[in-house]
Amino acid sequence: MTELINSQAIEMSLEERVKEDRVHKSLYSDPEIFEQELDRIFNNTWVWVGHESEVPEVGSYKTATIGRQSVILSRDRKKELHVLVNRCKHRGATVCEGKKGKTRAFTCPYHGWGYALNGELRALPKPEEYEGVIDKKDYPLDKLRHETYNGMVFATFNDQIESLEDFLGGAKKWIDLFMKQGGGYPVKVLGDHRFRFPGNWKIQLENTTDAYHFPIIHKSFISSLDDQTSDIFDFLDGAGYVEDLGNGHSVMVMIPELVNLEDNLDEPIPERFEQLAEALRAEGHEEAEVRKLVRAAHGTGFNLNLYPNVACSMAFFRVLNPVSVGETEIHHVAIGGEGAPEAFNQKRMRLHEHFQGPMGFGTPDDAEAWERVQKGAQSGTDGWILLNRGQANLHTSKDGNVAGAVCSETGMRAAYQQWLRSMTADSKEA
Amino acid sequence: MTPNPTLFNAVAEFISYEADLLDHKEYQDWLSLWSDDGLYIVPIDQNTTDYASHLNFAYDDAEMRELRVKRFMGGESVSSNAMERTIRSVSRFRITATEGDLVEARCAMQLSEVRHDQTIHYSADLEYRLKRQGDSFVLHQKVVRLLNSNAYLRTVAFVF
Ligand code: FES
Ligand SMILES: [Fe+2]
Repeated sequence: MTELINSQAIEMSLEERVKEDRVHKSLYSDPEIFEQELDRIFNNTWVWVGHESEVPEVGSYKTATIGRQSVILSRDRKKELHVLVNRCKHRGATVCEGKKGKTRAFTCPYHGWGYALNGELRALPKPEEYEGVIDKKDYPLDKLRHETYNGMVFATFNDQIESLEDFLGGAKKWIDLFMKQGGGYPVKVLGDHRFRFPGNWKIQLENTTDAYHFPIIHKSFISSLDDQTSDIFDFLDGAGYVEDLGNGHSVMVMIPELVNLEDNLDEPIPERFEQLAEALRAEGHEEAEVRKLVRAAHGTGFNLNLYPNVACSMAFFRVLNPVSVGETEIHHVAIGGEGAPEAFNQKRMRLHEHFQGPMGFGTPDDAEAWERVQKGAQSGTDGWILLNRGQANLHTSKDGNVAGAVCSETGMRAAYQQWLRSMTADSKEA
Repeated sequence: MTPNPTLFNAVAEFISYEADLLDHKEYQDWLSLWSDDGLYIVPIDQNTTDYASHLNFAYDDAEMRELRVKRFMGGESVSSNAMERTIRSVSRFRITATEGDLVEARCAMQLSEVRHDQTIHYSADLEYRLKRQGDSFVLHQKVVRLLNSNAYLRTVAFVF
């Protein structure tokens, strides 16, 4: 029986596996599909590598992963950003380990080749034997094309694809709205929670645009909130919506009142933030500033899902790194305001700890469900993952996009249609 | 510091008792070990001591500790329901400071958990700040420095 199902899946084309309203479960479990994804998606799309605030100064760097490849985001002496392949041009050792730091150069530990912050090869120990053999200028670290939008840095191995701004398209306005949660200060990364779950990366990609799961799997989180806050999280019957933003991106608005954090600032301060407001007043901030910061501390009322590997999710960045077909690493990146009052940034971190990460009150329950989806993908005779929720109740948004109810699967349909386009792009051109 | 076997034994006994409570999920008794302003902290940054201004895995005041226990035991959290058992041992005790009735101590912890039929292992340095109360202590601060906090973790549905 099992063999029959597997051989059936092997004979199915990708188009047969990805329908508008469903995808085949082999998308979660087929190692060959995974290899193709690394090549066609991760090596050929704009992939998030970091936020500018993570490399604030000359010599700052952080490492990131694009598919299986380790890359370095660095800031050089002229304060310019570079995205470098983390692989020495001599015999291929990584030149940089660790999450982030500050350095004057990337020196390979094996034979000591030294690279500048912009990737140029500068130092070559015992150069005599290279005379007439190699010229340093021909051996810089490989560089990736990179572009930045509102502080978010993306890179790609593909020099031919559209500009980042074209790729982001309708998502740009939502990124701008998201960045208002600095509370009038530039958004700054405060740290991240890193965890892994035994499941395919697309299970997490979908989850960011899945409001349907929230009151069910996150019941224990909701129970841990005060009544006023748990009412805010009771959004399934509210006026929220999911909008397909094109190119696989989507936005899920759960709390419409928190789309623009600068609106209606004169509303009463919620109980959950009274202490923060008091602390800010005590520091001498004007009432208008207090209200602006308190509102920003909430985070936004929407999840912006950017295909393929990052989301601006209410109050944090969600980054996913595929490890293997059945293993995914997630980073939940906490953000605050650069130069904002310490009380504000601390409140943001405490709220992040409450829900996110391996010890949060939310993430572990998500991860438990995702692990089960992965298990389910390996068994059973019903080989499909449904994406049809809300399909008969669509409307056109103000921006002219396809939109559905807040708990519709509109965003997942958008992502999988883009997945199919990226996975079949080559074969169509040929 | 001059050796003080009486104090050493009292501290080791207290920490072992706490470990036993946690392995046996006697969380209400565990909650009662704490002072009202006590903090249970699991930092990400291996070296920091300024926990409030860093992102941590957990930074629990009294309210968050109670909510955490409620979540583990309440039956609403599917990942908590999947937590079976932990077995931990604490050893290598050392008193690092004493001042008045305050005692600071640290020790090593090895913890194994079975989750979905797999055994998962954690090692950590535990750092305690204790305040004398009668012949025992009140817990003022417990910092769990996980050996692998800088890498990634999987679900943790218990108290370290
Ligand atoms: S591998 Fe880097 S210097 Fe030899
Ligand atoms: Fe969730």
